Amino acid sequence: MMTNPTGRLTQGQFSFLPDLTDAEIALQIEYGLKQEYAWAVEYTDDPHPRNTYWEMFGMPMFDLNDAAGVMLELKSCRDTFPQHYIRMLAFDSTRGVETIAMSFIVNRPAVEPGFSLVRQETNGRTIRYTIRGHEADRAEGERYRK
Amino acid sequence: MATAPEIVGNGNQITDKKKRYSAGVLKYRQMGYWDADYVPKETDTICLFRITPQEGVDPIEAAAAVAGESSTATWTVVWTDRLTACDSYRAKAFKVEPVPNIPGQYFAWVAYDLILFEEGSIANMTASLIGNVFSFKPLKAARLEDIRIPVAYVKTFKGPPTGLVVERERLDKFGRPLLGATTKPKLGLSGRNYGRVVYEGLKGGLDFMKDDENINSQPFMHWRDRFLYVMDAVNKASAATGEVKGSYLNITAATMEDMYERAEFARDLGSIIVMVDLVIGWTAIQSMANWCRKNDMLMHMHRAGHGTYTRQKNHGVSFRVIAKWLRLAGCDHLHTGTAVGKLEGDPLTVQGYYNVCRDSYTKQDLPRGLFFDQDWADLKKVMPVASGGIHAGQMHQLLDLFGDDVIMQFGGGTIGHPAGIQAGAVANRVALECMVKARNEGKDILNEGPAILQKAAQFCTPLKQALDTWGDITFNYTSTDTSDYAVTPTASN
Repeated sequence: MMTNPTGRLTQGQFSFLPDLTDAEIALQIEYGLKQEYAWAVEYTDDPHPRNTYWEMFGMPMFDLNDAAGVMLELKSCRDTFPQHYIRMLAFDSTRGVETIAMSFIVNRPAVEPGFSLVRQETNGRTIRYTIRGHEADRAEGERYRK
Repeated sequence: MATAPEIVGNGNQITDKKKRYSAGVLKYRQMGYWDADYVPKETDTICLFRITPQEGVDPIEAAAAVAGESSTATWTVVWTDRLTACDSYRAKAFKVEPVPNIPGQYFAWVAYDLILFEEGSIANMTASLIGNVFSFKPLKAARLEDIRIPVAYVKTFKGPPTGLVVERERLDKFGRPLLGATTKPKLGLSGRNYGRVVYEGLKGGLDFMKDDENINSQPFMHWRDRFLYVMDAVNKASAATGEVKGSYLNITAATMEDMYERAEFARDLGSIIVMVDLVIGWTAIQSMANWCRKNDMLMHMHRAGHGTYTRQKNHGVSFRVIAKWLRLAGCDHLHTGTAVGKLEGDPLTVQGYYNVCRDSYTKQDLPRGLFFDQDWADLKKVMPVASGGIHAGQMHQLLDLFGDDVIMQFGGGTIGHPAGIQAGAVANRVALECMVKARNEGKDILNEGPAILQKAAQFCTPLKQALDTWGDITFNYTSTDTSDYAVTPTASN
């Protein structure tokens, strides 16, 4: 995995490893529950690195302490959006933290065309860079079609 | 408390005003700088000094002299003291204990009233506490070992411009340590060639690349050329991976005006982070922290030069004090040691530095060299950086020692990879991710680490090559700065 010719998105904790099996995902969820994090499922077809807000698939599961329950939500999201990026997020509400503690991708579209770099020359040798997703030219709902 | 007969009691403070202020020389303990009954206020700053008095100098008198010479005293009585509420301004040494197992060395606790310090000024605090007393003849050696800074003073500082939490949110990276590398060779690359190294490292899987501390603007590479080529590399790598990437552009320069010029160019090119060296000084550090806060910029602090005064136990300033001052002055990243790499750092002592950076409330922890509780009053946290002679084969040790909130930098360990820089980066990223995954799954990574790495190496050739090249490298030297309260000697291998 050196030149990443397929444009695989490497966001999240485990993108350089072989895709996690459901059993491995469940182990990560259990670890988060033991730390008293709240799990959430999010999906998107706009994986631009500056897109902070993926769509929430339901609310964060603050009162769900059971890995199997969380996995059911994940399965439901995969069934609904099979060609979207889906990630699992764990929230830590401890004072002084109050942010995401774990985040990893659990579903990808079959083909990931990736991004290109648009260069706009400005003054001197300065360039303004834009990172442009190949799929972003299509309308939402039309992207990552097989 | 000690058993030596001279280290007890509130000896000799002269309370009769006429006697106290007649011209002439008195001992410091007579002038009010030693008070064994003093109870420090919540608003006092407390310093712990490790002092080695000259032969024949009484340890209490030495402690009182430290208190005096770091507050109001001079070597002879002055009548002008009586124009002031002089007791408020005098620092009070209130406790002296011999250092375990080091004859002739003593710990001295000294309390300073809040009024002595200018709000929000580390330059003032350091000038006050270490500006005078360390050259004092009656002391053979002195070290500022630790400091308790009152909440009342902490709240006068803005602290890190971004902080650990917001940094992760800006990078959109959670749940694992961050990875970096310093571009090597340290010196000599031209801007274009430098950018190549940056591109390869980031593309291969590192989160950050880094200028070295002495890369500023030399004949072989002007700073503008470096910034232009590096930002091209950063953006190319970001597009290739879909991740936010950064490279610490070193803006250290001869004058503040030059630093602002370089910082502004970095911002205009879209860099998320700039870097400064400790040698710019406390005043410049606070100015740059303010600039970074106003310009949404992360600030990386390289602790260049600290080893000249932090490393010997008997004399200088402990790095834990420097780290506390830097958190107040404001930086987002701080090099704090690797324990297992090529540079000085006993594992427990190094963990103490990490605590100072990352805690909301640091608790006293003598084996880690932390002598005081320190309430950080919700001041932002600093991301510690482990950098220097570490490689993928040590990933389990590093993760076990330092946890997730750390940046691990593998300069040689990326660029020296036999199959190239991208392969080096891939090896480090795969080693990291598989170790985090294994730790979360409940595996005992300290003992199973090598096996976990070998298993990952089966699907990752770059990792296999890295382990084959560096698997046996360790840096096994006796640490010069270990805790006086360690239960057993700790090995740094």
